[in-house]
Amino acid sequence: MTAADFLSIDLPAILVAVLSATSCGLLGNFLVLRRQALIGDAISHVALPGIVAGFLIAGTIATLPLMLGAMAAAVVAAGLIEIIRRAGRLESGAAMGVVFTTMFAIGIVLLEQTGAANAHIDAEHALYGNLESTLWLGVTGWDDALTWDALSQLPRQLITLAGVTIAIAATITAFYKELKVSTFDPGLAASLGLPVKTISTALIIVVALAAVAAFEAVGSILVIAMFICPAATARMLTDSLSRQLWLSVLVATIAGVGGYVLAAFGPQLWGDADSLSAAGMIAVVAGLLQTAAMIAAPRYGILSRAIRRRTGRLDLPA
Amino acid sequence: MSEELYAVLTFQAGYNTSIVLAGVIALGIGGGVIGVFSFLRKRALISDAISHATLPGIAIAFLIGIALGGTGRNLALLMAGAATTGVLGVLCVQWIRDYTRLPEDTAIGTVLSVFFGLGIVLLSHIQTLEAAGQAGLNSFLLGSTAALTAGEAQLIGGASLLTILIALLLLKEFGAVAFDEGFAAAQGWRIARLDLAMIGLLLAIVAIGLKTVGLVLIIALVIIPPASARFWTEKLGRLVALSGLFGGLAGWTGGSLSALLPDMPAGAVIVLAAATIFAFSLMFAPRRGVIGWAVQRLKMRLRAASVRGLLAMADGYLPPDGLSYQVIRLRGYIDGDARITESGRRAAAKMRRQDRLWQTYRTRHPDAALAFNPLSGLRIEDVLSADIIAALEGPAR
Amino acid sequence: MSPPRLIPFESRQPRNYTAPSPLSIRGLSVAYDDKPAVWDLDYDAPDRGLIAVIGPNGAGKSTMIKAMLGLVPALAGDVRIFGSKLRQARRRIAYIPQRTSVDWDFPASAEDVVAMGLYGEIGWCRPVRRRHRDAARDYLDRVGMADFAGRQIGQLSGGQQQRVFLARALAQKADLYLMDEPFAGVDAATERAIVNVMRGVRDAGATVLCVHHDLQTVADYFDHALILNVRAIAQGTVKDVLTEDVLQRAYGGRLAETEIRAIARSA
Repeated sequence: MTAADFLSIDLPAILVAVLSATSCGLLGNFLVLRRQALIGDAISHVALPGIVAGFLIAGTIATLPLMLGAMAAAVVAAGLIEIIRRAGRLESGAAMGVVFTTMFAIGIVLLEQTGAANAHIDAEHALYGNLESTLWLGVTGWDDALTWDALSQLPRQLITLAGVTIAIAATITAFYKELKVSTFDPGLAASLGLPVKTISTALIIVVALAAVAAFEAVGSILVIAMFICPAATARMLTDSLSRQLWLSVLVATIAGVGGYVLAAFGPQLWGDADSLSAAGMIAVVAGLLQTAAMIAAPRYGILSRAIRRRTGRLDLPA
Repeated sequence: MSEELYAVLTFQAGYNTSIVLAGVIALGIGGGVIGVFSFLRKRALISDAISHATLPGIAIAFLIGIALGGTGRNLALLMAGAATTGVLGVLCVQWIRDYTRLPEDTAIGTVLSVFFGLGIVLLSHIQTLEAAGQAGLNSFLLGSTAALTAGEAQLIGGASLLTILIALLLLKEFGAVAFDEGFAAAQGWRIARLDLAMIGLLLAIVAIGLKTVGLVLIIALVIIPPASARFWTEKLGRLVALSGLFGGLAGWTGGSLSALLPDMPAGAVIVLAAATIFAFSLMFAPRRGVIGWAVQRLKMRLRAASVRGLLAMADGYLPPDGLSYQVIRLRGYIDGDARITESGRRAAAKMRRQDRLWQTYRTRHPDAALAFNPLSGLRIEDVLSADIIAALEGPAR
Repeated sequence: MSPPRLIPFESRQPRNYTAPSPLSIRGLSVAYDDKPAVWDLDYDAPDRGLIAVIGPNGAGKSTMIKAMLGLVPALAGDVRIFGSKLRQARRRIAYIPQRTSVDWDFPASAEDVVAMGLYGEIGWCRPVRRRHRDAARDYLDRVGMADFAGRQIGQLSGGQQQRVFLARALAQKADLYLMDEPFAGVDAATERAIVNVMRGVRDAGATVLCVHHDLQTVADYFDHALILNVRAIAQGTVKDVLTEDVLQRAYGGRLAETEIRAIARSA
């Protein structure tokens, strides 16, 4: 494998994977803490009709209308879920199930019926992404990489994702206190003057933004893994919210890099020339990391709790 | 087009189509019946974890099928594979929920996405083996009735009926656990076992329905019909029957439509049929539907306003707020000059008497199950016997 | 002869608009489904009072507080806090809910939770600085929890958790403190801490309203009381309210005669 191969084929894919995982992983911390992990599931499913609707309205597959369509779909879905929950007195899981399956079905119907199938929006790719065709054309070696000429040919998804990731990180840093208190104690947040409902809605919109940006790379279903697994892993490892955020980024990065490398080069270990699905592998690696944490985390892992119970050193409240 | 549709709906469009339709209807009924239990246990989305966890099982079963020398597309084998990893998935969810600090929704999300990811990895490997085989497996994602053979349809129909039968046998137990877990446990029933049975039946339906509706949407068949049925009734038996009916209806209309539109994934059409039924139930069901409930709520606010107004009038005051004033005015209890009318005087006196009796009753029997409830529209004579009321009205204790 | 004109409802219990009471409720009614939990409640809290809200179980005490704060919807009623509606007056209220309603697993230490009370001061998008953390530790010290500043809240005992929330309420520098059963299930040290804090803020000019579960201790800790049993039974100073007659009306068959007499004597 040459430097040119690596730079033009592997590097952009790895970067896209890592950025997707990071942007979703950061947001996932708050979803997990708010017991809204499955909103990520719902939004990933409704991204499809949103994207199709965006395409139909705008008539092109440029990124912006698709993204706006997906974000609008997310807001619509969240609103419908809330309405159905209140008006129908359904529990939130059932309300989510009704809304996102119906919207997904609408998306499928729109997709097939209106010939969008011809315009590169493929239902299967929508589900599990297309990381392998993220290419950086126009770069031939390491010396080339940082020239303006080469950089201007970076794949579009990469630039979009980089922008989204930076925006998310900046937002979380700026509004850290507000997110923290509105997650932990909405009552206190309200009495401090915070618009709790607005924060919830804004969170959902940003989640949709991250989901759509990552969508192209790893597909809608696997985006769920990126929302949940890094955050859940970090949750097992620490009791401090800020440390949890950092750890989730670390886990996301490892999953992104590890998953891609394993998918692209792993098969060669057992004599197979063809690579495996990178997106799927990333999810699997993320899952393995989470499993490792659930079992072996120093304080809260199952193993260490069992050991402490055996040796009678279980921490009881003072 | 509408003639063809009519033919399909009435089972006159040919043996194959009719058998497939029958199978889909059975599946719909099965999803509706079994979905009631997870719905009532408030664990509707566990089915999402199950359905996504089936993907690796399907892939592995395919590979085993190939290794054993077939095409690997034997439906029974694939269903068995699906069921196996489905079970594993559920066990993982329970394990995460019970043994770590992570809540159930996180557990479901993890299992859902990670198992699915594993499935995708395996599918990508299969893709390199033989291009043709992959197309068959892809239909598991979004479903397709077009590719269903008569034999497969019979398998689906038969398995669904069997599942429904088992669910009905356990109806009593499921119902008790769903409505009052503490009581059921005290009676000696093993909650864990019943939950396992419920999950097992869910698993069966998911495995059975995978090929027709696809794994992304199969959960719609176990969530939407029960949710729709819940608007119409609170009795368990009727809930199950109605949910099965709605599921079957969705299967019948959706399946027929999809037979005429072979390019359209069957799952999507059936789900939309079910969703239409849901939307109708949500809006128009008499008491629990949105419209019915809004009417109830309005009636209660008006009644409360009327009570508020009458009690204020009985003491010589104007009704305390805008709504109660309007209500009292409209009933003609007050004239435009803030004076009480004859009918108003009588109504106020009646309300005051009711209120006094209730208060006396509640003072002497503060533990009484019937608290003063001016909002129920009942009079005390409707609730207590004449001699008790006489005692309340008599000299103070 | 025509009947006399009806007089405005306001005159039944007129409000004082020049020196508004910390909490003034008129005609509050709250219903769950179609059963009333609070019915037609009128109440004026005395300034700088330590007020206990008491009544039999299911009497609507917690509901009253939640409805006041807009946490549950009310059927009717007008609530004024220092003469203003809730939205304007929110910053002047500190609310300590029942312990069961908090997620104790949240990754926050005792110091973090107290610092949240300062977020209003710190302002949007600004970070929590060292001086805020120091202030948080001071508040923890006032409730005897300085040694536990770094402990994750789920690892504290019930009483310690209560004290952390007390410290947070202090950090909010409120004028009206609303507490829902603060003394329930706490140890003696916590009980002392709560009483000290209550008296401290009262002396500094605030008003404290507590839903209280234990009739025996009302006279020890509070100087005013409101007895609620869906409707208001009595309100005023503890001496006026804890009489045998009133207690009989409110608690009727749930308390023995001897208990009623003992409580009345304690007032």
